[in-house]
Amino acid sequence: MANMSSVKNPMPSQEPDIRNKNFDEVALGYTEQQALDEAARCLNCKNKPCTQGCPVAINIPEFIKETAAGNFEKAYEIISQTSSLPAVCGRVCPQELQCEKYCVRGLKGEPVAIGRLERFVADWHNAHSTESAVRPESNGHKVAVVGSGPSGLTCAGDLAKKGYDVTVFEALHLAGGVLVYGIPEFRLPKDIVQKEVDGLKALGVDIETNVIIGKTLTVDELIEDGFEAVFIGSGAGLPSFMGIPGEALNGVYSANEFLTRINLMKAYKDDSETPVMHAKRVAVVGGGNVAMDAARCAKRLGAEEVYIVYRRSAEELPARAEEVEHAKEEGIIFKLLTNPTAILSEDEKSVSGIRCVEMELGAPDASGRRRPVVKENSEFDIPLECVIMAIGTSPNPLIKSTTEGLETTPRGGIVVNEDGLTSRDGVYAGGDAVTGAATVILAMGAGKTAAAAIDRKLSGKE
Amino acid sequence: MNKLLKKRHLNPTVTLFTFEAPLIAKKAEPGQFVIIRPNENSERIPLTIADFDREKGTVTVIVQIVGGTTADLNAIPEGEYIRDVAGPLGKATETDGLKKVAVVGGGVGCAIAYPIAKKLTKLGASVDFIVGFRNKDLFFLEEEFTAASDKLVIMTDDGSYGEKGLVTDALKKLIEDGANYDEVIAIGPLVMMKFVAKLTKEYGIKTVVSMNPIMIDGTGMCGGCRLTVGGKMKFACVDGPDFDGHEVDFDEAIRRNSVYKEFEQEKACRLLNLK
Repeated sequence: MANMSSVKNPMPSQEPDIRNKNFDEVALGYTEQQALDEAARCLNCKNKPCTQGCPVAINIPEFIKETAAGNFEKAYEIISQTSSLPAVCGRVCPQELQCEKYCVRGLKGEPVAIGRLERFVADWHNAHSTESAVRPESNGHKVAVVGSGPSGLTCAGDLAKKGYDVTVFEALHLAGGVLVYGIPEFRLPKDIVQKEVDGLKALGVDIETNVIIGKTLTVDELIEDGFEAVFIGSGAGLPSFMGIPGEALNGVYSANEFLTRINLMKAYKDDSETPVMHAKRVAVVGGGNVAMDAARCAKRLGAEEVYIVYRRSAEELPARAEEVEHAKEEGIIFKLLTNPTAILSEDEKSVSGIRCVEMELGAPDASGRRRPVVKENSEFDIPLECVIMAIGTSPNPLIKSTTEGLETTPRGGIVVNEDGLTSRDGVYAGGDAVTGAATVILAMGAGKTAAAAIDRKLSGKE
Repeated sequence: MNKLLKKRHLNPTVTLFTFEAPLIAKKAEPGQFVIIRPNENSERIPLTIADFDREKGTVTVIVQIVGGTTADLNAIPEGEYIRDVAGPLGKATETDGLKKVAVVGGGVGCAIAYPIAKKLTKLGASVDFIVGFRNKDLFFLEEEFTAASDKLVIMTDDGSYGEKGLVTDALKKLIEDGANYDEVIAIGPLVMMKFVAKLTKEYGIKTVVSMNPIMIDGTGMCGGCRLTVGGKMKFACVDGPDFDGHEVDFDEAIRRNSVYKEFEQEKACRLLNLK
């Protein structure tokens, strides 16, 4: 008999007032008892609506059934059949827009906490499994993967499991892409990412750090070197700024820079050599996950007032619901329907404030969201010392400019077909390099699609 | 991990490092840079490539030891390893079609200007190489500089070597004497490049400067290296590091380079056990 409670088992978490002063993980994960209880809420629907909402099509009712029976390792095996990074996805997927959105239990009450269960199963496996991955026999085909973020790791993992000799080229000194430079420790501990990377190495994947494709080597050189297919998962690129006065002032960061200093370079630790500003009052411009991460990091560095400045309303905030919730609990102040018009300085050197106008929602625009328009005579200033721009990125030009015949959109995103194939034979792409800033799970889905297409091509099934 | 093959102290604060980096050596061109992280906890810092040997697979950087990270690099003995080196990054200096060029270097910037002078000379251009140092003790690489140019003009602030004065004094004199340059390439402290650009603007001579702002990734991801050039935002790592000296907002660049001054001073104090 299913557990008919209309609400999810709550996620044990650090208290907001404690966690907003440390970088330890916020959500602590279900206990076995909570996992068993939550898994029992699943009705095991025959038509599995939840699975349709998953970009990597995890067999969700099946893994939950095994979880409810206490067969956690079996549950892990089911997830692993289609997902290569379960401990990551359980933490960072926007489940409310994916699997949980379609859960039948959500019609009357809260859906089954699929994401929390996925995390529980993955963490249980990591804590208890003694088996190390077995390197499959090589099929003799060499594939290059550019970038070690979610799309690259997924593509590499899927191909390595099939016996391909995969080399991953990473521009930074550490593998993981946005999982290490972007998403903070308190949301995704870095040892979890490292475990996933180590898992790939155990499968025989070679990871070459400090190699910038488009500079150190080109895509054409990879092909000349004998790689039969190349997957480009180089991620998002140049950070966008608003083009308002004052963006060159000291104290203005792109979210990429602020987060990279903190997450990749560990600037929050005393023994790190990389500096970062510890401002008392900070504004983060934008409403996505990156904006939430930047705001919560600023708070943890000791800021007393941290504002999220977003030009639309709460309903349009692109961030995961849980991140918005967590940010609010931690004392982040939301200035919604507010848009900056200038960054101010008293000494013409450092930031002293931000000038904003209030907005109201007009008719829907091309994105279907109601377009924010400026409210007359609504200008006001907020005094502060640091402004972080988290308003997106545009694709990195390095690969496009060094790969002849690689078609891109007017915005610079790489053009691909439904298999992830680019305009160049044997060259595939996926993730933010194609779509612009999106989610971890969509990038993983793209890596998966491309891996399947590469396998079909190189194994002669196509 | 890149093996440090050679370390040579050029003056009390400037050191030359040659290390193994075959892939970078294969591609490097004058004007490009590498990102180096000496140790596991180090910062990532951009360093301009001073020389490379494609056959031996080596790359050379010449570095002023100014802060924690450069001191960490300086502490690595020959035969040991540098934790991370990535590159070559940035665009190479444009040399096509140049016939008569003044290359102007200031301090450690002379070491960075050197491969450009060398390349231009090799391509058959006539190169006047103007180098500026505070005094004779800080001067280095005279032989190399001489070989890389038609005319080497040495300037020191105190007149202890070469002529007394600033590089802009020497450049002005050469221009006035009818040098008729196609282009001036200036590499050195921001203030020096600012004044070189100011001078050449008066004469209408195209001037290229090599910017060296604060960077993290060096590949176009962080935006920390942004500059205002001709009123537009540019990223030094992917759009540069070379820019039109008449268009660069130097005052802004000078201001932005001082963002972490306090942090660096505190770090320097920690290193010296003053705190």
